[in-house]
Amino acid sequence: MLKVIDSAVPVECWSCTVAHNESTLFCPHCSKIQPPPGGDYFSVFSLVPKLDLDLGMLEHQFHKLSRKLHPDRFARASANEKDWSLADTALLNDAYRTLRDPIRRTEYLLKLRGAEIGEEHAGKDRKDPSRVPADLLEEAFDLNMQLEEMRMSKKMGDADPELQTGLEQARKKYNDMLDGVDSDLRAQWQVWDNGDDPARKESEKKMVSLLDRRRYVNNLVRDVTETLAT
Amino acid sequence: MASEGRVVGIDLGTTNSLVAYMEGDKPVVIPGVDGSNLVPSVVALDPMPEDGRPTVTVGNSARRTLVETPERVIYSVKRLMGRGLEEVQSELKFFPFRLADDVEAGEVPRIQLGEMRFTPPEISAYILRQLKRNAERFFGSPVTQAVITVPAYFNDAQRQATKDAGRMAGLEVLRLVNEPTAAALAYGLDRKKEGLIAVYDLGGGTFDISILKLRDGIFEVQSTNGDTHLGGDDIDNLLLSIALDEIHSEHGIDLRRHPGAVQALRKSAIDAKIQLSSEQVARFDLELPNGDRYQREIPREVYEQLIEPVLNRTAGPCKQALADAGVTAEQIDEVVLVGGSTRIPAVRKLVEDLFQLTARGKKPHIELNPDEVVALGAAVQADILAGASATTEEMLLLDVTPLSLGIEALGGTVAKIIQRNSTIPASATEHFTTGVDGQTNVAIHVVQGERELAADCRSLARFDLKGIPPMSAGLPRIEVKFLIDADGILQVSAREQRSGQQAQIEVKPTYGLTDEQVESMILDSFDNAEADFAKRLLIEARHEADTILAKVDQAKTNSAWGQLRGEEISTIDAARNHLTAVKSGDDFSAIREATLALDKSTHRLAELMMDAAVTSAIRGKTMGEAGEQLNEELTAPHPMAPAEFK
Repeated sequence: MLKVIDSAVPVECWSCTVAHNESTLFCPHCSKIQPPPGGDYFSVFSLVPKLDLDLGMLEHQFHKLSRKLHPDRFARASANEKDWSLADTALLNDAYRTLRDPIRRTEYLLKLRGAEIGEEHAGKDRKDPSRVPADLLEEAFDLNMQLEEMRMSKKMGDADPELQTGLEQARKKYNDMLDGVDSDLRAQWQVWDNGDDPARKESEKKMVSLLDRRRYVNNLVRDVTETLAT
Repeated sequence: MASEGRVVGIDLGTTNSLVAYMEGDKPVVIPGVDGSNLVPSVVALDPMPEDGRPTVTVGNSARRTLVETPERVIYSVKRLMGRGLEEVQSELKFFPFRLADDVEAGEVPRIQLGEMRFTPPEISAYILRQLKRNAERFFGSPVTQAVITVPAYFNDAQRQATKDAGRMAGLEVLRLVNEPTAAALAYGLDRKKEGLIAVYDLGGGTFDISILKLRDGIFEVQSTNGDTHLGGDDIDNLLLSIALDEIHSEHGIDLRRHPGAVQALRKSAIDAKIQLSSEQVARFDLELPNGDRYQREIPREVYEQLIEPVLNRTAGPCKQALADAGVTAEQIDEVVLVGGSTRIPAVRKLVEDLFQLTARGKKPHIELNPDEVVALGAAVQADILAGASATTEEMLLLDVTPLSLGIEALGGTVAKIIQRNSTIPASATEHFTTGVDGQTNVAIHVVQGERELAADCRSLARFDLKGIPPMSAGLPRIEVKFLIDADGILQVSAREQRSGQQAQIEVKPTYGLTDEQVESMILDSFDNAEADFAKRLLIEARHEADTILAKVDQAKTNSAWGQLRGEEISTIDAARNHLTAVKSGDDFSAIREATLALDKSTHRLAELMMDAAVTSAIRGKTMGEAGEQLNEELTAPHPMAPAEFK
């Protein structure tokens, strides 16, 4: 089931021996498939890092590269070419999955730029107090009290209608807040894509805190939805 | 291509298996020696192993021995593939066969079959070898490469077990393809459409739903979901348990204690189920051991109420798949129905409601035979892999992993590293370090599933990263790369980054066979050289001829022979004499034709014999021996469902 993959990277094309740029999927000289290049996800699509992407173009490019790289195209090729097709396609798929999603794309770019951002994984940083947006602390505390009350009353068998309405309103409010965060993020994409280095640095800081806020609010919405559903 | 031979597509099913190939621009199912497209997934061990080597039969002929020698027959083995001891034990409650006595925890379970013991992949390998032979007989040349389909919701171990079975059967498995995706390929071949497709696949034992996006010949799976324990078997079990209860309360007979009788009753339940797909009412009419008759009418209305809870269990996965794909039911352009259970009108109604088809003036697609469509799609994928075909050169399938991949973290929680519905191949890189000064090993536990605790997920493997240079705690930086390949199977590699050393990985798969074990289970050692191949075809053709000749001679002593009409007997005798005459010649195809002719002439005889066996089982005549071995309640899925029906 599990095997060790050899990831040796030759500097010249394994087939025609002409030296080539390390970040190409195919040898520019003989067009043969190459081992996974070392560049970032953007370079897989021949893009420079940017946040406002044309998703239609990205999909088109993804399909075009898939046709050439996919292991189905190498079912009867040499063992090395098979391995590289597998590794290259995994890279392509990982890159596409990351870049087509606005939040994952933003997180990825910020990480590339050396920013420290929280992980999407549930549970990992939910309780990290340094990540809680200060202005939401009190509201979130009240909301959690209400959620607790709701769970208790549901356990007893009668959901308090007043509480129910309150929570539904809260959900609406936080969903609106999410929309607001998203539009702030999109505004920052423009700043980053078109700015010089100092402007980008400034924008990155803002995006890191917007993402923290988004994650936090998202968790609140999820908690409310779960409590209302049970 | 010529030197490497053809690539065939195989549907290795719970109830039936098929092999298909691309004939020009059209996928076609390859029939077996009996002319049937479906090979029942039934394996029987013949009574006397010659010189210690097992003689095994597969398909219809194996199925016929089920009532008389149930302890030598195994079926529905797909349910046991890639499963651990405990899972197999609980699964076997529903089967008339049992585990070998000497199975130890951590081993791949072996099933007792007569005096032999086989692992589930070995049993599957016999089925695959039969399909391989059917294809070789059809082409007159060796077949060594195949695409095999698996339920989309199969996990890593189940996929690996299927691949192992292929290797044992002498097949290089070029790709495992998900069944619903294969069906989409079969349908997509003749329509250059764009849009969203849902494939609803309700088979004998498993349910899959997949949402695909079609564009420019690219079949991109958006999401998949399912239930590996939901299918037509569950409906059979419902009908069976009602009949058993009624017989018990009305006639005072507990048939559950008579395995042969339960098998026969199950056959009636399956017949009733099939009848209710086209008729408004079905009847049970059985003679009981005490001479009473059990007669019962089941109106369609009652039946539909009865099965509603089973069918409704498919709704949840459908909704989840839609949500995961980020689309609504109304956005689905077309729905494709796959699997024998989609013949049930109530299933079609449910699908039409789920995807709001009627309101939009649409109908689900049923143009291709739901029993064959998966094999046809496998043939299309085989053609894509073989390359050099104008029909499929523009086609490409991009599938997803059905389950999230995770690592057990502190406190037994799961850190997900590859999310479900990620396009495969997919990879993730994780970094590990040591917790103690001078530590040289790190243990990692990989799991598959959606639950938050590792204990609730499926354990895939535990492995040790060894040979880490001794350093202070937290200093080593071990990079582990997880890669799910195009078959949906995990590969792992690791490297210690500070020293640059490739860390040594010792993997202990939680379920599954080692490479050496698979090697030792390979069924045939003969090579596939062309000269030998012609000889082998002749030997096999003569062997088949001998087998059927012996069976016909044996049948003459059976009471069923007396029920044949005069002209039927003379047809059989003529076919028999012709086969005896050509058998000594060197023309394997002539022998084969004569064998087929004799087999055809005995179809009614075989049916009569089967009925006689069923009747005697009901009367308890052949139950004695079998009954002692099988004291578990029998509610097993049953291979006596007609292999083909309209």
